[in-house]
Formats: sequence, C-alpha cells, structure tokens
Amino acid sequence: MAAAEILKFTGYMCEAAKTTLGVFFLTLLFGLPLGMAACLGRMSKIFPIRFITKIYLLIMRGTPLLLQLMFFKYAPYYIFGVTMETYTAGILAFSVNYAAYFAEIYRGGMESIPKGQKEAAFVLGFTKTQTFFKITLPQVIKRILPPMGSEFMTLVKDTSLIQIIGVAEMYKLATQTMSREVTVIPLVVAGVFYLVMNAVVDKFFTTVEKKLSYYH
Amino acid sequence: MSVLTVSNLQKSFGKTKVLKDISLAVEDGEIVSIIGSSGSGKSTLLRCITKLETPDAGEIQAEGKMGLVFQNFNLFPHYTVLRNITEAPVHVMKIPKETAEMEAVELLMRLGLADKARAYPHQLSGGQSQRVSIARALALKPNILLFDEPTSALDPELTGEVLKVIKSLADMNMTMVIVTHEMGFAKEISDRIVFMDKGVIAEEGTPEEVFASDNVRVKEFLGKF
Repeated sequence: MAAAEILKFTGYMCEAAKTTLGVFFLTLLFGLPLGMAACLGRMSKIFPIRFITKIYLLIMRGTPLLLQLMFFKYAPYYIFGVTMETYTAGILAFSVNYAAYFAEIYRGGMESIPKGQKEAAFVLGFTKTQTFFKITLPQVIKRILPPMGSEFMTLVKDTSLIQIIGVAEMYKLATQTMSREVTVIPLVVAGVFYLVMNAVVDKFFTTVEKKLSYYH
Repeated sequence: MSVLTVSNLQKSFGKTKVLKDISLAVEDGEIVSIIGSSGSGKSTLLRCITKLETPDAGEIQAEGKMGLVFQNFNLFPHYTVLRNITEAPVHVMKIPKETAEMEAVELLMRLGLADKARAYPHQLSGGQSQRVSIARALALKPNILLFDEPTSALDPELTGEVLKVIKSLADMNMTMVIVTHEMGFAKEISDRIVFMDKGVIAEEGTPEEVFASDNVRVKEFLGKF
C-alpha cells in the first residue's frame, strides 16, 4: 500500500469508526441503567425476582456474545416471522449482554459499602430513594471505577463482534481491505484506532478517579 | 412525662433470644445509662428503639424525633462535615439550606469544631468524627438522643473529649439513653442506670443503688472494672 492509499483507507476507517463508537455509546446508554436494574433484582429480597435475575445473568455471561448476536438477529424471524433491523438487533444483544457484567460490578460496589451508611441514613429519616441516590450510589461509583474502566475497554474491542451479523464497522473494513490489497497494513491501522479509543477511555477513568479522590 | 416507653419488648435472632421481655420508660430530661456485658442485648435494645431492628413482640412509643449516635460514627465520607450535618435537615425536614447551615455552624462551634466545617470525615480524628456525628444527630432537634457505645472505638484520650460533649448536653437537659462501658462516666452523669444481663433488665436504679447492688451478676460485672 502506498502512502496515499493508506491515507485514503484511514479516511474510510474514520467513517467506520462512527459505527464502532455508535455501538459503544448506545450499549452504555442502555446497558448501564439496565445493569443497575439487574443488580437490584439480583440483590432483591423477593425470591422470584432474584431467581429470574440470576438466570438472566448466567445466560448472558455464560454464552458467547457472538452467539447472542446471531440469536437476536435471527430469532425474531425464525420464531415470529418478523425481521429486526440488523443494527437494532446488534445493539439489543450488546446492551443485554453488557448489562449483565455491569450488574455484577455494581453489586460488588454495593456490597462493599458498610451497612452503617444505610443505617445512619435511615435513622436520619432519609427515604430509601434518597438513601440510594445521595448516600449509596455516589460511593458505589467511586469504588467501581477500576473494574468499570476495564469493562469499557473490553466493550471498545468487542464492538468488532457486531460484524458477524453484517454491520460494517472498523474490523470488517480492515479485514476486507487486507484481503483485497494483500497487505496487513489495514490491520495495523485498525489496531491503532482501537488503541487510541481505549487510551481515551483510560484517560477518562483516571481523570474521574482523581476527581473523586477527595474522600476515602 | 415519658419521652420513650418500651413495653414487653422481645427479639430473637434465629434461636437466640436476645431480648426477653424488656420494659423501660425514659422521662423528659432524664439520662439513662445502659450497662452490661457484651451480648446482654444493650445494642439490640437501642436498635429496636430506633427501628433498625423489628421487634418480635412488645411496643415502643416515642414522643417526637429520636437521634442515634453510632459506635463507628457512620459519617458520610463523600460529604463535608457541614453537609453531613445539614443534609437531613434540608432534605428530610425541608429546612431552607441557609438556615440549616447557620444552625450547623452554631452546633460545630458549641462542639469545638468550627474550623472543621469544610473538612471531609477522613481528615478527622476519631474524637472529632464522633463529635460531628453527635452534631449530625442534634441538627434534627431530637426529643431524645440515643448513644450506642459512643466511645468504644476511641482511645482514652479521645474518649475524654466525647464524654465532655455528652456532659455538656446533659447540662442542657437533653434526654439521653447511653449504652456504655465507661462505668465512671455512667455513674457520674446518669440519673438512672439500667443493668442488662442475658436479655433482661437485671437491676435498675440510681447510680448509687446499682453500684451498691447485692445482685450477683451486677457485682460480678462491676467487679471487673
């Protein structure tokens, strides 16, 4: 590949990066709140809710994301005869899959908060909702930053899996270009793209950690 | 007039009966110390009164608000000292923020912590933390203040500064129930001492009466000090 070609390819990669980033942000948008719901379900005192959530977490974390992507893409057609838009199916699979991992990270954070915090809030008269948003959640967020950072980085890399159901993104573009041009340069360029994205994620998390270091 | 009345309270954890038929009344302005060995049910009684535990049987009647001071302070680490104190008045009692902050600063001054308003809990000593947690409880203007071993997590030096604060509250006629292992302090400050043993009130009376008691368990317990 000549320099001009590499530059042109990089331009295409920037386009494809938009799809990658779309998958990344939409997964977070749906997955983070859904994960919190699943976490609360997993910690629920009501047995059926806890049981169903456990099954959900087991399936999502116990089967390949690749398989889940295929399932969400083809199951609606094979079972109900309706087709789901490929991108939508992909986002759905990513969201419910990542929510399961987020749920366990949240749970780890919640269970590490001393019981006395909730008790103090209760005695002071805070409602359960106030206690959650004012006392528990801020402390949970601080504590889960390191595992969350890793999970976000994994997500950046996992976005490449969505190409299995035919969504054009960076990985697909790079491998196609590699085959056509008979060179590994596209793979190296793609690697740099992923690396830069994750460097930004890493920077984001270290900054937030620093911001929250004013208390222990 | 009783500020707090506990009648025939019972509580078990699994098969262990922690409280067996406890009855207790606390009058307005009275200071009651609850003493007894670990596992006698003192803390559980306090936790039932403050609804942190649900009793199996019996009744608890309380006039107005209650404040609780914990052994381990349980300050909110992500809030400044000032906000630890104002958060409940502002968000539970809906007092305007400015008023709450003024009152909190006044409280801090009274407790000798005026310069700590902007500090975070991790920057405080144990004694300072406990004084802040007392201020936090007082900010809700409780009718009765309950202490669950307020000095057990502190070294002797820091214990002194917390006891001084509790004494100053006594001088202001605050109604208090204090679970404590500080026998000298209990003797000095209390109007009444309640001795708990194996889930029952084994002895009860003025400090003089309890310290002179013929009850074998009381003698055994006090002999240890």
